[in-house]
Amino acid sequence: MSAVDTTAASSRAAGRSGARDTVNVMIRELRPVVRDPFSVIFSLVQPLVFLGLFTPLLIGTSGESTADTLAWFVPGVLAMIVLFGTGATGSNLQYEMMTGSHERTLVAPLSRASLLAGRALKEVVPIVVQVLVIVAIAWPFGFRPNLLGLLAGLVILAAFGVGLGSLSYALALKTKDREWAFWAVQQTLIFPLLILSGMLLPLDAGPRWMTVVSTFNPVNWVVQAERHLMAGDFAAAAVGWGVLAAAATAAVGLVVGIRAMKVSE
Amino acid sequence: MTNPIIEAEGLTKQFSRGKTTVDAVTDVSFSVDPGGLVAFLGPNGAGKSTTIRMLTTLIPPTSGGARVVGHDIARAPHEVRARIGYVGQGTSGSFAQRVRDELLSQGAFYGVPAREAKQRAESLIESLDLAGFASRTVQQLSGGQKRRLDIALGLMHAPPLIFLDEPSTGLDPQSRANLWEHILDLRTQHGTTVFLTTHYLDEADRYAERVMVMDAGRVIADDTASALKATLAGDAITLGFGSAADADAAEPAIARLADRATTRPDPTTVAANVEDGESLLPRLIRELDAQGLAVERATGVPPTLDDVFLALTGRTLREADAAHDTTPAAEPAAATEGAPS
Repeated sequence: MSAVDTTAASSRAAGRSGARDTVNVMIRELRPVVRDPFSVIFSLVQPLVFLGLFTPLLIGTSGESTADTLAWFVPGVLAMIVLFGTGATGSNLQYEMMTGSHERTLVAPLSRASLLAGRALKEVVPIVVQVLVIVAIAWPFGFRPNLLGLLAGLVILAAFGVGLGSLSYALALKTKDREWAFWAVQQTLIFPLLILSGMLLPLDAGPRWMTVVSTFNPVNWVVQAERHLMAGDFAAAAVGWGVLAAAATAAVGLVVGIRAMKVSE
Repeated sequence: MTNPIIEAEGLTKQFSRGKTTVDAVTDVSFSVDPGGLVAFLGPNGAGKSTTIRMLTTLIPPTSGGARVVGHDIARAPHEVRARIGYVGQGTSGSFAQRVRDELLSQGAFYGVPAREAKQRAESLIESLDLAGFASRTVQQLSGGQKRRLDIALGLMHAPPLIFLDEPSTGLDPQSRANLWEHILDLRTQHGTTVFLTTHYLDEADRYAERVMVMDAGRVIADDTASALKATLAGDAITLGFGSAADADAAEPAIARLADRATTRPDPTTVAANVEDGESLLPRLIRELDAQGLAVERATGVPPTLDDVFLALTGRTLREADAAHDTTPAAEPAAATEGAPS
């Protein structure tokens, strides 16, 4: 009986590849999302609060129409969803590291890279759902994005989210059971990234050093690219920079994350 | 002649903590034949978990090596992982996952075809009494239910060898007994080799066919529980007399007949650790009677594995556990995993 199992296991092991491991890890990560889709909607409370309470202030200060304000603000809110959602996703892994279920996957015959990549790629699904929900909510108030631009914008947000998610997982792997350290680093980084992206308020009004710093902030370029794409302005230079920022974040994130997973015990 | 399913040779693990080095496991060598039920017994910090973590490829040994189910843990960790089941000290299921989903994911991780995985998940849910909770998330389960899911996850790919690290710690006595029923079932039904760590003496005593006693990173004894008890610890006999004078008079005769040193727990009582106490006790009583010394109370207590540990190390397991808890030195890796729930 055990001899049969052993040969079967060996042929199975030989036939498997990192890609299949990645898909299997991703499917596992998606199961709770499919089982409880409302968890994805509930995490939209924060961006909805911004949308509902910040938009009137923006309209009041700028004097522009609701539609014009939403055209400027909604792309930023979409980037915010990615920033907060994927930036915090490492805490799930950290919890699994503390309880023992991460250890179980380390003993399974899965490549270390797939354990990270599968988790990071899973982030695409909540991002797509959440973006579409926000767009649907803003629609009746006059938000009319260019649909091709929205699609391209989704691809950029997904790539950016995969990268940021990977970095969040890397942070979890590095901070291990020190939950406070994970949140300390995460919170320290996320708000400067948010404010220096011009997501909430235009940076033009700020001092010169802020605009200088923001040129090195990938979130800034992602937000600008989203605004241009959803306005149907595909040729803007900022779109190119946004694509580059998202791709670079994804590449750096995956490399850093996979390396962190490989050295973790 | 069968090949051993585990062959460990000089396994050693040192953890560095700043400038100091902690010897968690030192030169551990043993082999295990297929089908056995082997227990690592020892106090917290003895190196049991660290040894298992090396054998399951979770941490690399500092020196030495091992072959597990025919593959080298350092050169072919992937091959080892595909052939072993592992139930760690923590909770194997992820808090947000449903029980059945987690089993199916586990099957996919090990390359079990979907249809087969489905059948096996259902049969494990059935046999480990998880039927009522299969659609619940792990965080909704009780401690005993979580532990049964851990075991089910370890068995999804029907491994020929399963490692269980402290499987029953934190469970109430009923859940422990229930869990053991499942573990024993597993062996009779599938011939699975079971390798576990425990610091419950009664578990090692009752269930394990072979007990390896670990202390301070080394295997200090390795035999069946009954052989360990027979050779390392004797039966404890006590004889009580009507007066201290009678006890004084009887003590030399007892020492001579038992061929062991005697002790005096109280003035009217003589005690000794002896071999084969069952037959010695009636003989002692008859002899003393013949000398006019009336034995008023007599007890003969068979040894426990704690007596074995005491004989080997000079302290009981509980004392060793307490000492470790006040000076947490070894096994820093295990310390990061949190307490079993």
